[in-house]
Amino acid sequence: MNFPILSSLILLPTIGALFILFTKSTSEKYQSSKYVALFISLANFLLSLYLWYVFDKNSVDFQFVENREWLSGFINYKVGIDGISILFVILTTFITPICIISVNATIKNRLKDFLIAILIMETFMIGVFCSLDLVVFYLFFEAGLIPMFLIIGIWGGERRVYSAFKFFLYTLLGSVLMLVAIISIYWITGTTDVEKLYELGIKAEYQNLLWLAFFSSFAVKTPMWPVHTWLPDAHVEAPTVGSVLLAAILLKMAGYGFIRFSLGLFPIASENFTMLVYALSLIAIIYTSLVALMQEDMKKLIAYSSVAHMGFVTLGIFTMTQQGIEGSIFQMISHGLVSAALFLSVGVVYERHHTRLINKYGGLVSIMPRYAIVFMVFTLGALGLPGTTGFIGEFLILMGAFEKNILVAMIASLGVILGAAYMLWLFKRVVFGEMNNQELKSMKDLKTFEIITLSALVIPILFFGFYPEPLMNSIEASVENTLNMYNFDLINNLASKD
Amino acid sequence: MENFQYILPEIFISVSIMLFLLFGVFKKNSTSLIYNLSNISLVILLALIINHSSLDSVYLFNNSYLIDSLSNYMKIILVGSGIFVMLTGSKYIQVINLNKIEYPILILSSILGMMIMISSNDLIVFYMGLELQSLALYVLASFNRDNLLSTESGLKYFVLSALSSGLLLYGCSLTYGFSESTNFDQILINSTEFNYGTTFGIVFILVGLAFKISAVPFHMWAPDVYQGSPTSVTLFFAILPKIASLSVFIKFLYTPFANMNDQWQTIIVFISIASMIFGAVAAIGQKNLKRLIAYSSISHMGYALAGLATVSNQGIQSSITYISIYLVMNLAFFSCLFMLKRNDKYYENIEDLSGLSKKHPILSFSLLIVLFSLAGIPPLAGFFAKFYVFLAVIEQSMYFLAIVGLLATVVAAFYYLRIIKIIYFDPEKDEYEKSHNLGLKITLAISTIFILAYFIYPSSITEIVSKITMI
Repeated sequence: MNFPILSSLILLPTIGALFILFTKSTSEKYQSSKYVALFISLANFLLSLYLWYVFDKNSVDFQFVENREWLSGFINYKVGIDGISILFVILTTFITPICIISVNATIKNRLKDFLIAILIMETFMIGVFCSLDLVVFYLFFEAGLIPMFLIIGIWGGERRVYSAFKFFLYTLLGSVLMLVAIISIYWITGTTDVEKLYELGIKAEYQNLLWLAFFSSFAVKTPMWPVHTWLPDAHVEAPTVGSVLLAAILLKMAGYGFIRFSLGLFPIASENFTMLVYALSLIAIIYTSLVALMQEDMKKLIAYSSVAHMGFVTLGIFTMTQQGIEGSIFQMISHGLVSAALFLSVGVVYERHHTRLINKYGGLVSIMPRYAIVFMVFTLGALGLPGTTGFIGEFLILMGAFEKNILVAMIASLGVILGAAYMLWLFKRVVFGEMNNQELKSMKDLKTFEIITLSALVIPILFFGFYPEPLMNSIEASVENTLNMYNFDLINNLASKD
Repeated sequence: MENFQYILPEIFISVSIMLFLLFGVFKKNSTSLIYNLSNISLVILLALIINHSSLDSVYLFNNSYLIDSLSNYMKIILVGSGIFVMLTGSKYIQVINLNKIEYPILILSSILGMMIMISSNDLIVFYMGLELQSLALYVLASFNRDNLLSTESGLKYFVLSALSSGLLLYGCSLTYGFSESTNFDQILINSTEFNYGTTFGIVFILVGLAFKISAVPFHMWAPDVYQGSPTSVTLFFAILPKIASLSVFIKFLYTPFANMNDQWQTIIVFISIASMIFGAVAAIGQKNLKRLIAYSSISHMGYALAGLATVSNQGIQSSITYISIYLVMNLAFFSCLFMLKRNDKYYENIEDLSGLSKKHPILSFSLLIVLFSLAGIPPLAGFFAKFYVFLAVIEQSMYFLAIVGLLATVVAAFYYLRIIKIIYFDPEKDEYEKSHNLGLKITLAISTIFILAYFIYPSSITEIVSKITMI
């Protein structure tokens, strides 16, 4: 048995959290706890980068697989990664240290508890992307609710209780049906091991219902229209760091779930329900973009833009084309970076001026030039300007969509225009224009730690925007394999019908 | 004489009860001594049961008494939780002036009654055990006799329980009349053919048992009795009678009435669904924590019964696992309740928890863990309890039961979240006392760690329970 690198990746943040829990910080500000958390999360980031380095990008198999007996006899603790999941793991380990650095600005009380919550959250998020067993996946998927509920509820804004409850109950309601489906899969096939299930396949007659049960969970989490309403509430009320985690990583769990489980396990049902997903995705893209145009609260605007962007993701996944799925994964990574950056940017001005209303701002460019520059990069990233990661994702998704259905692709393209509209308008109203509000004059430009976090996000957005090859390399083989299995199953099913 | 070696635990506890009673009467001011002695005798009892637990089934006294893996396991968790109930409550009964010698003796005799119930293999022996435990429970419920609520709860419990015992007896006599025997195995042999008499017998017996386990629609007593009784007695009510009744449920359904599962399966499914939904919905509006936990336990019994409705060994095992985890969660919850003390007064309203997390981080964290576990959120123990039950339910393709049950957990999650909200999100109130007795601390620590760390080795209970097979 080799060194269990994935388990250490999953457990390291928890160990850090326990360490923080049991050590007493002498200073009021818990500086030492913060350094411990930062150190642990950076170590985890380096570990995941090492993982990417030793990862064999040409292989389609799951790598670094660990398989241990867990629930005696029938369910094993099985983790492993392929080219798709490793990117999400790195995204998680990359965003967490940024969150921890930005903690000071937003969290005034109970910093220690907050750090523990973030680290525990990291454990669950990495676990979701690594697990190769449905029950283990469900465990991590659901467990993430607890820290997130507390993050929104304890450190959130005015309507935090309402938002935290809505977030928790919506997601739980979606997920319980997935649990029924997982148990049913166990009794139908005799295993919940994802790799074995890929080999065995699930009989066509069961697939539709099982697909719908998984869909109910992923649709809430993505979130897709019409079950997206928890997201704006959760985002607006969560502290900045909570919004960052939510937008950057939690939403990606569902997109990842669609690729790994919906496509991988239920190809026939996925084919059947393609039109449903297209319709919901298009509504999400157009409708929430229009809603975003009308928002007066910056965080709400970005939250609605997230729904629209995730609409592109689901659309791309269900085109079942190489470009579409690769584009979706790229879009998820890109959105993870861009939305995290946007929420942090909103956090920067909220910290200084204590309001998120767009019309209270204006003309920031003259007093905060550095801020204006980074905010511009993120705005352009969000609207998908060539040269940023956003462009590549949307472009590939639309390419995939054109191949399958021209009408769908055309409607989706409208979303790109609308996206440009609301993002540029937001930028115009906040950064340009006249400074009517005299209070704004006292605002200072970026502090050092803000420069660190924001430039840490600018670099990958621009770098991978110009040179997407490293990411593409990593996912190419796995996506191809997923699609091959998918098509193979479909052909087999057609053959068995004849 | 050979029979007696197997019922050594029962004999030991009977002798202890009588000795303690005599001792208490003749020696003044021996209350706390007897309390401690009772606890020690429970530990010895546990040791005796474990020592005598063998895998083989032993039939005693003309097949009217049965010691098998089911009864052994149930007795072990029964006596084990009895020890913790005594440990946690010791300070409480002193503070509210209940430390009379009768208190530990009543608890011991009630445990004796439950042990007889669990091992009974005959209608008469079963009824004897049931009444022994019930009589002790009536007195315990109204033990705080100067308190209006306590006396009311004792009376209420007595009247309703007597009614249900009447129904139970009527069911027993019908069963005896139509199957010509009081012995469980004999009833099974004689009741191969369908007849209305036995069916009615089953219905009446199930009604009586559903009352004891506080399942809907026979739950009415539970909230009042839980609220009115002294908290230490409420804890006793929440755990021990449930273990005994569940074990009798298993016994009745799978020994004398095993052939008639098409008759009782629908009843159990109905009771189970009704309890899950009612318990979840009714708890939402509660203000008193004890009352809330009463509704919560109604809903939890629904899940335990869902396992029994499957007519499979897997289902029975999942129910037993469920009740084992349930009792740990309740122990932890009540330990937290016992810690809400200020100036010799115990607080039991939800509002009293407001902002608890600021001054009592460890207590709040334990409550957080317990409440999320009660709600069944992974990776805590409560999730695995539900997982095993639904695993068994779905194996039998009872999708309706599974989906309703899981949707009820979402409703139930709401009121658990509400308590967490009050603890963590609301403004703080006055501080509670921070010094607690050792037994309480140990119980809370053990149970919280169990709930928290159960996912590391989730087969721990299942492996033991998997030896219990009824079909």
